[in-house]
Amino acid sequence: MKFIVFLKMVPDVIEELKIADDGKTLDSNWIRMKLSECDENAVEEAVILKEKFGGTVTAVALDAPELDDALFNALAKGADKAVKIVGEWKDVRSPAIAEIFAKYLRDNYPIDNQTLILSGSQSIDDIEGELVYYLGELLNLPAFGVITHVDYDAGQNRISLVKEFAGGLRGEFESEVPAVIGIQAAEKPPRYIPIAKIRAIMKSASIEEVEIPLDGIPSGAVIDKLFEPETSGKAEMLEGSTDEIIEKLIGIFSDKGII
Amino acid sequence: MIVELDAIRGVTLDTIYDSSEGTLIQTCIQCGTCAGACPYGEYMDYPPRRIIKMLQHGLIDKVFNTDSMLKCVNCYACMMKCPREIHLTEVLLQLVKEQTVIKLPVVPPELQKALENNYRYGNPMGESGRKRANWVQTSTVPIRILSQNPEPVDVLWFVESYPAYHPRGQDTCRAIAKILSALDVDFAILGNEEKSAGECGLLSWESGLAEALVDYNMAILSKYKFNRIITSDPHALDAFNFRYKMYGFKPNVTHIVPFVMQYLDKLKPMLRKTLGYSVTYHDSCCLGRHNNYYEEPRTLLKSIQGVKLIEMVHNRINSICCGGGGGGMWLDTYFKSQNMERLSDIRIREAIDTGADVLAVVCPYEIPRFEDALKVAGYDKKMAVKDIMELVCEAMED
Repeated sequence: MKFIVFLKMVPDVIEELKIADDGKTLDSNWIRMKLSECDENAVEEAVILKEKFGGTVTAVALDAPELDDALFNALAKGADKAVKIVGEWKDVRSPAIAEIFAKYLRDNYPIDNQTLILSGSQSIDDIEGELVYYLGELLNLPAFGVITHVDYDAGQNRISLVKEFAGGLRGEFESEVPAVIGIQAAEKPPRYIPIAKIRAIMKSASIEEVEIPLDGIPSGAVIDKLFEPETSGKAEMLEGSTDEIIEKLIGIFSDKGII
Repeated sequence: MIVELDAIRGVTLDTIYDSSEGTLIQTCIQCGTCAGACPYGEYMDYPPRRIIKMLQHGLIDKVFNTDSMLKCVNCYACMMKCPREIHLTEVLLQLVKEQTVIKLPVVPPELQKALENNYRYGNPMGESGRKRANWVQTSTVPIRILSQNPEPVDVLWFVESYPAYHPRGQDTCRAIAKILSALDVDFAILGNEEKSAGECGLLSWESGLAEALVDYNMAILSKYKFNRIITSDPHALDAFNFRYKMYGFKPNVTHIVPFVMQYLDKLKPMLRKTLGYSVTYHDSCCLGRHNNYYEEPRTLLKSIQGVKLIEMVHNRINSICCGGGGGGMWLDTYFKSQNMERLSDIRIREAIDTGADVLAVVCPYEIPRFEDALKVAGYDKKMAVKDIMELVCEAMED
């Protein structure tokens, strides 16, 4: 099997986020980027699948600050190849990201009936998990999101999947290969890699760079305004003795027309 | 007793017998003192004595496949009691621990998170590195941050993560700042540039993480001119005294307690307030057993008016670990899952038995660990946990 995992970096919310002067983007001097948590799970799932069924894992990611660390980490976990997609696009959202990933595949990675495409589902900038569906549509492949379990039947060359729905429901799906799968959680939490191993990989491994030109990349949704949550109402603390508080409460209730 | 750093540089389990440490290990008489001294020895498939035997028989690989070394809290009890003076905690157990973490099928999640956080953010709690010096704004005395004012300074205060981020650690920091200022010490901190010193990376068997942190801090420290380093964290003291020295960085480092003791004559007249506490003192493993500072904290406590010092049953070299070392700080849930009692819960019962009002400590791990243990014991209204520096500062108030 050939497992290809598409990854992207998202703002690290451990750091305080600041809105840039244009009022539409995050201040890039202030933010740090990290691999989206569901993408970390997608890497883990790809490596688990490789360990179970054999094959290779290729991690492909959109260029961003601190991306190299994330890619070396993926290599240390068991990915065979790491690719950084560079280009002049900026601040792209899921429809455009899907377009970039699809373009990469068309030019660099022949899809056959042994190819499984994975990505994280519902990262903080892909809250509906739309990325994998856009990608499936562009590649004309079946796509599944919010997947928590993947199994492969080599004889039939089919995969079976478990998808989580709201309200604690689960659905089981079967599909042919190739397919696009959005991972919400890997079978096991992402494994720990000793830092010595990551540092050794940094010295020995290399990251391939592929440029995807700007032409034909749709901008997708455009952000008009970015703003911090606004307070709509406030809680009022009533102070005083019990009788005084009761008095104040009655006043409030009658003002509001409740009594 | 402390190992010669040159003798163990680059030593691995495969080459250990070619070193002087290997020669020492071969003299082991299998007396079992180490296993008996170990606070978690009864829970280990392979306590230190058996580890030595397995090494001698070429069966050390078997030890890696158990969680024995996950249960080692690096308290130095085995090492200090060994009649052959084998450097168990410093050398052999560390090498075995390193292999254990590489072979563990699953690293306990709490520990994994702490190690990953240390690598990415430079602190185990996963706080933003940009907030490391935020506590400075709450100090009542000015604190110089070197990146803002890089002039040479006499004393560089390496704050460390728990003091910098934990609310109770910050209480200790404010107290230290006040004391240093009152003593007219020319001091400064690294502020947001500082990251964990790396001792707990090393002693929770993550030599790669320790190396990354050591490399980073050495580069930062080399930017500034200072005469000496102080720290309130005995684990950072250990990191500087052992790991950094092995990498060729040999600063003059002191823990805040022996440092303040150098100024005792000047300090004493400032301790005007009578506290009226009975106090019991918990010997930190790193400061006590490993660095031999047993009397300095006690002398400092006795210098405070109205402090009556009561010893716990186990004190000085026999002190029982709080359970926070060697990665234990992030293994409480794992230990619980193995039906092991937290060492802080065991130790706090000894503190309670003294009837003291205050448990005095000198390590930033100990405040949260013992405050939790007091709550578990239902004794948190009757006893307070305080860093010695907090007590000194309290006595300085008018």
